Amino acid sequence: MILSTGMYQRIKLSGTNSMPIIKVENLIKRFGNITAVNDISFEVKEGTIFGFLGPNGAGKTTTINVLCTLLSPTSGSAFIAGYDCMKEPSEVRKAIGIVFQDTTLDKDLTAYENLIFHAYLYNVAKDEMKQRVDDALRFLDLYERKNDLVKKFSGGMKRRLEVARGLIHRPRVLFLDEPTLGLDPQSRTKLWEFIAELTEKHNVTIFMTTHYMEEAEVCDRIAIIDNGKIIAAGTPDELKKAIGGDVIYIKTTDNASAKKEIERLLKFGVSEKDSELFMTCAMGDTCIPEVIRTIGEKVLSVRLQRPTLNDVFLKLTGKTIREEEATGEDSVRESIRAYRRRH
Amino acid sequence: MEINAIYVIVAREFKKFVRERSRLFSAIARPLLWLFIVGAGISRLVPRDTGVPYTQFIFPGIIGMTILFSSIFSSISIIWDKEFGFMKEILVAPVSRFSIVIGKALSGTVVSTIQAAIILALFPFIGFKLGILQIIWVIVICASISFSISAFGIVLATFYDSYESFSVIMNFIIMPMFFLSGAMYPVKLLPDILRIVSMINPLTYGVDAIKHIIFTFEAGRMSPDFPFIIDIIVIILTSIIFVLIAGKSFERKG
Ligand SMILES: Nc1ncnc2c1ncn2[C@@H]1O[C@H](COP(=O)(O)OP(=O)(O)OP(=O)(O)O)[C@@H](O)[C@H]1O
Ligand SMILES: [Mg+2]
Repeated sequence: MILSTGMYQRIKLSGTNSMPIIKVENLIKRFGNITAVNDISFEVKEGTIFGFLGPNGAGKTTTINVLCTLLSPTSGSAFIAGYDCMKEPSEVRKAIGIVFQDTTLDKDLTAYENLIFHAYLYNVAKDEMKQRVDDALRFLDLYERKNDLVKKFSGGMKRRLEVARGLIHRPRVLFLDEPTLGLDPQSRTKLWEFIAELTEKHNVTIFMTTHYMEEAEVCDRIAIIDNGKIIAAGTPDELKKAIGGDVIYIKTTDNASAKKEIERLLKFGVSEKDSELFMTCAMGDTCIPEVIRTIGEKVLSVRLQRPTLNDVFLKLTGKTIREEEATGEDSVRESIRAYRRRH
Repeated sequence: MEINAIYVIVAREFKKFVRERSRLFSAIARPLLWLFIVGAGISRLVPRDTGVPYTQFIFPGIIGMTILFSSIFSSISIIWDKEFGFMKEILVAPVSRFSIVIGKALSGTVVSTIQAAIILALFPFIGFKLGILQIIWVIVICASISFSISAFGIVLATFYDSYESFSVIMNFIIMPMFFLSGAMYPVKLLPDILRIVSMINPLTYGVDAIKHIIFTFEAGRMSPDFPFIIDIIVIILTSIIFVLIAGKSFERKG
């Protein structure tokens, strides 16, 4: 990727900093009698990717809104880069960039104008503005379209433009509320490559939510939130282990005797289903050789199934994470626009 | 003062104003309709000996109307910005709420003053002879009223925050403000209640100030209603008051 052009100049300071860049303590946010966020606490280390996962209405966006100073919490505290989100909003705002869940571009301006607007708003030095905007546009492959009105952009292009905009002022923390919603697989992969580069080379911290479980795999740490409460947190591997380990499936020439041998020698519980034996163990890759040694020539085939984050999510929340359909909300917005044009 | 932020908020409004031809067109067409169609019709009903031909009499009012509509429209765009999410982009930036309000008020001031100046340029066709100093004076007054009304519009936008409220604002605020501003008939000729309402309408003083500047002749019953100095004081005071209220309500609701 083309990040070399001075898009970001902060250099990764390895291990100098043990203070968390995001710190949330006992955060509660109520709307009337709905408790959107119910007493959550967590920390995020600088330069890491933190994934915030949860079903619809879990309280993810509300948490982001509190962190980025748009909402004041009912109680609890939140700090970003050492600044208090309630008492020093201005310092916090300088330190963060955000891609909101719903688009916040001005569709009647061009891509370039949207970014320049941002640069002025964040007081970027005049002589650097153009360069930064152009770099950001190139970086997200939008340079050729820079003078097109945003209303002529596809959903994916708008999303990329928002990411580009969030980076103009070189934030230390970038919030991404479902950044890949509506992107095609190619653009998604690209965006993730790009995000990885931001954290690795430039020490930017990413706080993201997503509904795509495969994407959550890139996170250094994950917190799963449901009904406003964090119900599990850890690295993706830790979470998967916590719900029980890998599953090994074996086909043999003689299931009954193979089952006995394994149970006797390895003390695994073995079950049979569809003429296939299966067993659960913590570290599948080291178990397989042992199992094969035990039953020797009887083996026909072996396969290993690792739990996915999807399994984790399903087990913890009782829900599969839903991908949002292109919803009613968009079409409401469209009709508002049409209304506005007519008047 | 966050000059860069204020500048770019105004620049955005200006760019969109120039780009949206239809908005400019209707902004200019409305006052022309009133001036040459409504004005011409009513002038037949008004006796000739009242001091000023009716089409001349309503000219300051029509300039006031241009400012009223375009300033309120400009500020009401805050409602769209909220509806379409762009307001969030502004609100998470490290910019004080007060600077945002100043930026928005100045946006309205710029586009309204331009439109008012375009209408003012029609003066020869209405039969006025204005000197350069008078023209400058009128434009200065226009800019001040525009600022005041734009700030008022921001207050409205923070109270009404859905697009449905737009027609409420149109029918119950903008139209009465126009009719009771001395634009169509002198305030002194109105029944008591309407006269009192006119006197608390800030636009009245703007229209009155323009009358002072361009009615250089003896205008009799159609003459300005208040002393010029009062007009200026009210315009300045309302500008300050509205912008403070707007700043406050923006901070609260943001
Ligand atoms: N402004 C608001 N007023 C009232 N209730 C709200 C408001 N914003 C959010 N809520 C409620 O708070 C809860 C959490 O909403 P939130 O938007 O944080 O969920 P989310 O995790 O981001 O969901 P999604 O995946 O659908 O984006 C929901 O029950 C929602 O209805
Ligand atoms: Mg959300």
